[in-house]
Amino acid sequence: MAPLLEVKGLVKYFPAYSRGIFRKKIVGNVHAVDGISFSVNESETVGLVGESGCGKTTTGKLILYLEKPTKGEILFDGKNAIEIFENGSKEEKMKLRRSMQMVFQNPYASLDPRMTVFDIISEPFKIHKHVPRSEWKERVYKLLELVGLEPYHAERYPHEFSGGQRQRICIARAIAVEPRFIIADEPVSSLDVSIRAQILKLIMDLQHRLGVSYLYISHDLSSVRQISQRVMVMYLGEIVEAAPTAELFDHSIHPYTRALISAVPIPDPKRKMNIILLQGEVPSAINPPSGCRFHPRCKYATSKCKEEKPSIVEVDEGHYVSCHYYAEFA
Amino acid sequence: MNILEVEKLKTYFFTEAGVVKALDDVSFSIPKGSTLGLVGESGSGKTVTAQSVLRIVPKPGKIVGGSILFEGENLLPKKEGEMRKFRGKKISLIFQDPTSSLNPLFTIGDQLGDIVVQHMKLKKSEANEWVIKTLKLAKLPDPENALNFYPHQFSGGMKQRICIARALLLSPKLLFADEPTTNLDVTIQAQIISLLKDLQRDLGMTLVMITHDMGIVADMCKWVVVLYAGNVMEIGPIDKIFEEPHPYTEALLKAIPRLDQTKELVFIPGNIPNLIDPPSGCKFHPRCQYAREICKEKIPPLEDIGDGHFVSCHRWKELNNRGR
Repeated sequence: MAPLLEVKGLVKYFPAYSRGIFRKKIVGNVHAVDGISFSVNESETVGLVGESGCGKTTTGKLILYLEKPTKGEILFDGKNAIEIFENGSKEEKMKLRRSMQMVFQNPYASLDPRMTVFDIISEPFKIHKHVPRSEWKERVYKLLELVGLEPYHAERYPHEFSGGQRQRICIARAIAVEPRFIIADEPVSSLDVSIRAQILKLIMDLQHRLGVSYLYISHDLSSVRQISQRVMVMYLGEIVEAAPTAELFDHSIHPYTRALISAVPIPDPKRKMNIILLQGEVPSAINPPSGCRFHPRCKYATSKCKEEKPSIVEVDEGHYVSCHYYAEFA
Repeated sequence: MNILEVEKLKTYFFTEAGVVKALDDVSFSIPKGSTLGLVGESGSGKTVTAQSVLRIVPKPGKIVGGSILFEGENLLPKKEGEMRKFRGKKISLIFQDPTSSLNPLFTIGDQLGDIVVQHMKLKKSEANEWVIKTLKLAKLPDPENALNFYPHQFSGGMKQRICIARALLLSPKLLFADEPTTNLDVTIQAQIISLLKDLQRDLGMTLVMITHDMGIVADMCKWVVVLYAGNVMEIGPIDKIFEEPHPYTEALLKAIPRLDQTKELVFIPGNIPNLIDPPSGCKFHPRCQYAREICKEKIPPLEDIGDGHFVSCHRWKELNNRGR
């Protein structure tokens, strides 16, 4: 079966300007996303993890054409999405927009404070006109129920809700257009610990009920493990490792993935942490390191890593790694 | 010996909407030289506890009752001038957000040097020496040059190292670290945690880790205080907290995804209570799966159940005997 979403060689460079009052000069490019390829199947959740600045969010925005890709191809349901967004007719664009939605990180900033919950959730109906006005009320109530809110919440304003409830409203708004694919960008990281599980569960339940696919973007590996079927690890604009979830967490190969996994504190006092401490911090994406981008922080790095860019290799079924020495780490 | 003993501390915020009881009869103590985890969600009173101990509770907050004994001395009746001898010198604090707790208008050398000049009465050049020494302690690379840089020229992890150095300038005996890694990436978080562990050991400091991450607590702390809605739910040695937890701690542990296992998440229903009009009885009862009538009616006392483990729950004994 063809995947629902297929991304091929996606690239996004942002120009970096020199400082000056009168003249702006492009001095380089921020390599935000640099040639990534992956796919998402129907009713599947794919996790995208990485540290801040690695290009996770940009990847999400590129897929939805909220940012214009520099290069690359995005196929949604077999159709060239970039082509449609650039040159397609209005109907085609609207149709594509309806099938892809996004849930943002901060539910405090992504809801209009002057709109009631009813207005917020029914706005997609107004835009896409897929629900006749007479049915709006019924549909909004149904959506509220789906995300675990009550009908009376429809008349309230966002400030009357807690963070978790706001994120539920954001999710209701996203599913109002019956999308097939949702990008969830850190949907729980701004919520309280006891609330996070509620939202994760809601996201998983909705997949069972509606059959949507997710690209789950997060820096929190524990929640990624909980929710995804496959996981991709990103570093400085590139995917360094991708595998089915259990495989990735139990048999990771790339030194970066290993360091990342080892650094997550486990809530169990009996377990001795065995942290692989990485030296330094993520280098600048304006002048990314030569060869393997991880080499300045990698303790196994050799001169080969400095000079040659590793290609991505399938080491096991569905398990891809981009490292010269994958055979030794496997 | 306990370096700090907090007894029935009440810190209220007198807002226009009503009185917010941020801390309501909070009692706990910290053994000298140990690491204590102060755990809770937002609004549980973690930060206000640190602020109360340092007596820097922002308006309209006020400490309205209780006592805070630091090395046997009660801090609450002290005058402002006297408190200055404690702040930074004996008790220090690392703030939550390194970006907003450094002054963007001054170089690192100026803002850290000032503290040293003020408190230690050193000359500027001697002060710089001292700052460099402390920055080295916090493992900031190239500390000599760092003095001339402004905060925005550092990354988040570096800024946190600078904030840690600032907190250590006057060699405090007790250090509160308020969510020092919340805004950092995991690999940087691991660096900062390892630094704090080393510092605590090498300097013989008492460290209070304020966090909501049970993983960090399990990794670093010997003792734990669990706060919920301004009340202490339980206090105890780390093993006891994880083995025989209070129902709230238990629920919290079940609700967090773990990296080393896949399990069904059991979420805690409902929301964090509003502290202007908190629930009666045990504040956790509306969200507790074990709640009974009595939990609604009576506030459970903080009961000593042995081995330094204190639990505030009507049903803990019964639940524990039954086995969970």
